[in-house]
Amino acid sequence: MSHGNMNLTLKVWKQKNKDTKGRFETYHAKGISPDMSFLEMFDVVNEQLITENKEPIAFDHDCREGICGACSMYINGRPHGPKGGVTTCQLHMRSFKSGDTIVVEPWRSAAFPVIKDLAVDRSSFDRIIAAGGFVNVNTGNAKDANNILINKDHADEAFNAAACIGCGACVAACKNSSAMLFVSAKVSQLALLPQGQIEREDRVLNMVKQMDEEGFGNCTNIGACEAECPKSISLENIARMNREYSSAILAQNKLHH
Amino acid sequence: MTKSGFVTSSIGKKILMGITGLFLISFLLIHCFINALIFFNDGGETFNKGAEFMGTNWLIRAMEIVLFIGIFAHIFLALKLTIDNRKARPVGYMVVNGSANSTWYSRWMGLLGTLILMFLVIHLKHFWVVSRFTDEITSGKETMFDEMREVFENPIVVAVYCLSMVSLAYHLLHGFQSSFQSLGLNHKKYTPIIKSIGIIFAILIPLIFASMPIVMHFGIIK
Repeated sequence: MSHGNMNLTLKVWKQKNKDTKGRFETYHAKGISPDMSFLEMFDVVNEQLITENKEPIAFDHDCREGICGACSMYINGRPHGPKGGVTTCQLHMRSFKSGDTIVVEPWRSAAFPVIKDLAVDRSSFDRIIAAGGFVNVNTGNAKDANNILINKDHADEAFNAAACIGCGACVAACKNSSAMLFVSAKVSQLALLPQGQIEREDRVLNMVKQMDEEGFGNCTNIGACEAECPKSISLENIARMNREYSSAILAQNKLHH
Repeated sequence: MTKSGFVTSSIGKKILMGITGLFLISFLLIHCFINALIFFNDGGETFNKGAEFMGTNWLIRAMEIVLFIGIFAHIFLALKLTIDNRKARPVGYMVVNGSANSTWYSRWMGLLGTLILMFLVIHLKHFWVVSRFTDEITSGKETMFDEMREVFENPIVVAVYCLSMVSLAYHLLHGFQSSFQSLGLNHKKYTPIIKSIGIIFAILIPLIFASMPIVMHFGIIK
């Protein structure tokens, strides 16, 4: 990795585990190349800390190409930093100036407890998916492709919703810590497709119930989630989920009385 | 599956917030229309007729009860949502760049609503209490128009009314379009139209309301 001439001051949240109190630590990142990603800059800092026999900063990362949803840094007051439509791993140091002080915090939500430093536990999202974000299929031989016809508009909308990588930036950005953009993307993706119709009503009821139980806040339509989402998931999905929920409530009363 | 409670769910509360909000918007429209009768500038004759109709018609009187229920429901839900939302983020951020992703008035709906509530208390005391709980109007001693003229003699009252209408304007600027989104009414073609109507409504209605104390104070309408 080529080294550059950027020098930065980092104020990073350090926390031993979820049961201890955290605090901000100041680090100096020296000789950073503008071509490095934000995570690569952290790698450089961590290597330096290791050679100094100090504890490195814990942070989540995996694919480093913007598709896995693992990276989760709240940079200078915005999830995934100052650029729209990108994850932290795709944020490059050229978006900053040498001499800048950068404040890096973990996602803040009661439903995302800090595991260590910048790494948070997002298994609440997994439990929401387990509550209804699936379709039932017959086992046996795989069917021929394309034997279920799907309206092109619906397929496109479903695909847009399916672009959600479950990173949690929507929750981090929301002043209410609401998970509605995430849940609505998952509800929409399956509600729009023929394969998702059988569980359609139970899905939205169970996923919303789980979302509420996990301790996420309530949506007030400020739109920060949509603006900060690295995959630009639209607020239309939240409106769709509200509709799905209302009609599921009505259908449920019809069936159970 | 277990039966889920609509009213206690996050989406249920949000939909109720939207419905009560839209109901209060419809009230604003009617209130503004009746009050605008002062602009006939006929010494309050037309306005007093309108005020008397609103005060005596049984349907309007029944709706007054529904209106109070709507206001209390809107306030109660807002308080509940605010408390829950605080709990959802026990540890806050050191740096928040909210202006990068949302409008300030959408983030401060609770504060704007509180200012409107404070205004509402003053406003009810000025007119509603006088007309319903004293014999000032019913005895024919005074008309609602006289009451308006009297109240708006005080320049501080005029200023409070005008500033409160600024709060109302910003509250509506977010609330109007937000209520449609909460009800799930989001459409590629119609949502931009709803948003435009919302902006016009949020500016026009408070502006007309704010003009009333001003024209009464300076005797332009008498």
